[in-house]
Amino acid sequence: MNPSSVEDKLAVNKYDIDRDVHIKVNADTCQTCDIHHCLYACPADCFKLTEGHITFSYEGCLECGSCRIVCDKGAVEWILPRPGFGICYGYG
Amino acid sequence: MEQRFDAIVVGAGPAGCACGYQLAQSGLQVLVVERGKFAGAKNMWGGAFFGPTLAELIPGFWAEAPIERYVVSNKLSCLTDEACLSLEFTTPKFRQLPYNGFTVLRSKFDRWFATKVQETGAIVAAGLQADDLLWEGNQVVGIKAGGDELPASVVIACDGVNSILAQKAGLGGELKPQDVKQGVKEVIALPRKTIEQRFNLSGDEGIAWEFIGSCTRGLPGGGFIYTNKDSLSVGIVVQLDALAENQVKANDLLEDFKRHPAIASLLEGGKLVEYSAHLIPVSGINMMPRLYTDGLLVTGDAAALVLGTGLILEGANFAVASGVAAAETTIKAKQTGDFSARSLAHYRELLEQSFVLKDLKTFSKAPHFMEKPRIYTTYPELACNLAERLFTSDGKPRKKAWQLLREASKGKISLWQIALDLMQGKEAI
Repeated sequence: MNPSSVEDKLAVNKYDIDRDVHIKVNADTCQTCDIHHCLYACPADCFKLTEGHITFSYEGCLECGSCRIVCDKGAVEWILPRPGFGICYGYG
Repeated sequence: MEQRFDAIVVGAGPAGCACGYQLAQSGLQVLVVERGKFAGAKNMWGGAFFGPTLAELIPGFWAEAPIERYVVSNKLSCLTDEACLSLEFTTPKFRQLPYNGFTVLRSKFDRWFATKVQETGAIVAAGLQADDLLWEGNQVVGIKAGGDELPASVVIACDGVNSILAQKAGLGGELKPQDVKQGVKEVIALPRKTIEQRFNLSGDEGIAWEFIGSCTRGLPGGGFIYTNKDSLSVGIVVQLDALAENQVKANDLLEDFKRHPAIASLLEGGKLVEYSAHLIPVSGINMMPRLYTDGLLVTGDAAALVLGTGLILEGANFAVASGVAAAETTIKAKQTGDFSARSLAHYRELLEQSFVLKDLKTFSKAPHFMEKPRIYTTYPELACNLAERLFTSDGKPRKKAWQLLREASKGKISLWQIALDLMQGKEAI
């Protein structure tokens, strides 16, 4: 049975996860936002809404840049992982 | 003294590799930097591209490149929740050399291309990222990478859709959600024989199949299936602002797409081996940054050089052609020793003369036209509804096609509106 959830799909991918978090999300700014475009724009479900708070985990990031573009509050400080780290596609 | 390169190419995708290849062939000192562990590690696409532009640069590339299959059949389908109406084109010409199209997996293909660049004499440094540009006044004179300063006469930004260099250089190109589509893709492994039976293929033949309609729930975009050797590339491409504003996740669309009655049986028994995502710049010249400044050229996705004429998004040819044009500009600039914007303006002239900017200008109205929700809802439904009426025998007297069209469109769209859209469509695409 193939996975249907994003979380399970990401588990199939190959990553070299860095200790450093490459994307920083300003939780205070997120508190002022009620549209949360990030929840729908991130193809890796890195953004989650838990009890009214946006939480972010960088490990499954596919480095597409969607969150950087859809957040009009400026809460996402988007940089790439250090070279050699992050997603490593074997098919692409 | 530190080595000064004639050119530093940032990014080893199709644009960067084409550029590096052409520069090295002309004997220039070239460094190609790639942030991935190897070329292709960060790259994905739908999976099919047309061959002629790359064949001009590397004649007969298909004999040595890791091609998955050559495309013998192009198929377009309209989907409703249950039905599927298809148009398929195939000709013996597509089975002959030089092949028209190919399916390719980027992780293997880009790695091959970068190796070619290296063999031609360029230095390809994978695992190295251009963090910033080096400046002398208003002139770009190299890059900063990994704590080092690397000087060069020209820097060529081939760093993809999220081009950091074009922005650092102040050339514009700040992306907006309405100007990009998000592609998500699964690579699904299946035995070769199974793929060939299910898609009516033999040997290395492949199919490029695009879908429009219910697979994006009315949002601008579509679905695709491309056949690889022993896997399928299955994905969805949707306008980013539409996902966010309609609170839809691309993965949910992909799951619906895979469950569609016309699709599910094709994927049955397959095993997911990778899930990937990427952005595609789709607004063409309406979003294009400035293409050059003193000491810097911008190519490929970084310059939004992607043609969207409707269902099909074509970027690889534009990337290769712009990479080659950037190389030719650099070679000419080296001859005169002038690397100022005035000299590098030749790059834009070359693109104006080639299909790159000609096509983008011809289809400049296409992105706006293709935003109409009707294209993704009403029309696919109408087409499937009409086909159902044409092909269903219910024991009642038959009606003429025109009458069926009137019945099928009733309450959904006026024939006047269809005529109007056809007129606008004629203008745009």
